[in-house]
Amino acid sequence: MSSENTSAVMTKKTSLFSKQNRRLLSDPLDDSNPITVQVLGICSALAITVQVQQAVIMSLAVLFVMIGGNVIISLLRNMIPDRIRIIVQLVIVASLVIIVDQVLKAFQPDISEKLSVFVGLIITNCIIMGRLEAFALANKPGPSFFDAIGNAMGYAWILLAVSVVREVFGSGAISLPGMGQVKFLPTNWFISEGGLYENNNLMILPPMALITVGIIIWVQRSRNQTLIEEN
Amino acid sequence: MAINKNSTAYTFAFSIVMVIVVGTSLAYTSLSLKGRQDANAADKKMMDILGAIGELADRGNASVLFTEYVVERISIDGSGRQIASANSVVDPKDKEDPFSIEVKKDYRAKIKSAVKKADGDAQALEEALASSTLEFPLYRCLKNDTTIYVVPVVGSGLWGPIWGYIALEEDMTVYGATFDHKTETPGLGAEIREGFFTEKFKGKKLNTAGPLLFSILKGGALTDEYSVDGITGGTITSKGVDEMMNRTLAVYLRYFESQIRSQK
Repeated sequence: MSSENTSAVMTKKTSLFSKQNRRLLSDPLDDSNPITVQVLGICSALAITVQVQQAVIMSLAVLFVMIGGNVIISLLRNMIPDRIRIIVQLVIVASLVIIVDQVLKAFQPDISEKLSVFVGLIITNCIIMGRLEAFALANKPGPSFFDAIGNAMGYAWILLAVSVVREVFGSGAISLPGMGQVKFLPTNWFISEGGLYENNNLMILPPMALITVGIIIWVQRSRNQTLIEEN
Repeated sequence: MAINKNSTAYTFAFSIVMVIVVGTSLAYTSLSLKGRQDANAADKKMMDILGAIGELADRGNASVLFTEYVVERISIDGSGRQIASANSVVDPKDKEDPFSIEVKKDYRAKIKSAVKKADGDAQALEEALASSTLEFPLYRCLKNDTTIYVVPVVGSGLWGPIWGYIALEEDMTVYGATFDHKTETPGLGAEIREGFFTEKFKGKKLNTAGPLLFSILKGGALTDEYSVDGITGGTITSKGVDEMMNRTLAVYLRYFESQIRSQK
């Protein structure tokens, strides 16, 4: 996030859908995407992109934690002692994550089982701590709210894109929350049934997530040359 | 009045207030959702037990099917004597109900250390379990007029706990098995929950003559009627399945043997 943008938000009285607020929402989707440009939160992009369904639930969980964390930290920003600010951020993020975990266990037990440890790992998702430290501590709750949505969405669309690629080529299916896994290829296409097609098991393995993210970064940088660092 | 935000007193006061607020809200969330979570856990347990006898249930019909198939819930002690029996409708809140015995908790708290202490000595482990105050649950099911016993097993995989249910017919033939895990490696140890692995157990027998009741062999080995092929690349998880089956079934075998004797 550029500093001029941040200070503009702080000084001017802005309307709900002002240019600044719109930029808070749209920047993280592309030019300052947390995964492809800032390279944060890569770990969860590897771990839970085998199925679209898991990626969707994970994105929703991150969205909730992100909004909660950003708004709460922003409200408390003038009260938090500097020396323990990282601990305060951690405590707030951890509590929100525990609440998400408990709610999932109570209302979505099947998905909670599938995500298992990864919900707990939201605590260590660098994007969340990064936004709290870089944005929420210096801005009002309103802009922080938009910043949270923007960054969570920037995270979500990469997760979704990667998981669609991995699930389609790795399992020949798409799974959506509440619908289960939908296999769309006719079974007689598969080699085991006398066809010519075989699922690519490499897609299921973690390295393929990195390679897919790499391809997205490649496309993004060839479209927007300003992202390329000078050597 | 200006407060010095960076004074030690303020920092302490802030932390104390924060801890109290966060603690209260988390405790409240946990308590208010506990009922639902416990009900979900009970449903899941019923689904697993039904899965072992080949009945696929979902969360909606688990308790109905469970009442239909499971005719008796028995608890036995470490030397195979029956302690309690229940056949009423399951009440997850009733601590006396064998259904409420938390085998995973027992394993973590007591059995795991006993296994370590015995260090591969089956005799010593058997004595340790027999002299403990542990209770072991057993589910007697009736399916197509055949009696099937479902035994819960718990053990350790490579990264964390693994567990499962073994369904046995009266002549100690394995009717079915289900396994699950918490954190085994996807594609390797995690495969124990998949059908291709659990299918292999069907129709196998327990070797009551010993020395091992059942074995999971290393990938590719020839198997007989008392063993199945393990998972390639999941050796430690397969060993864990082997260990938990032999340890737990040994306790239940004593119960089954005393049952057969009393029938004769």
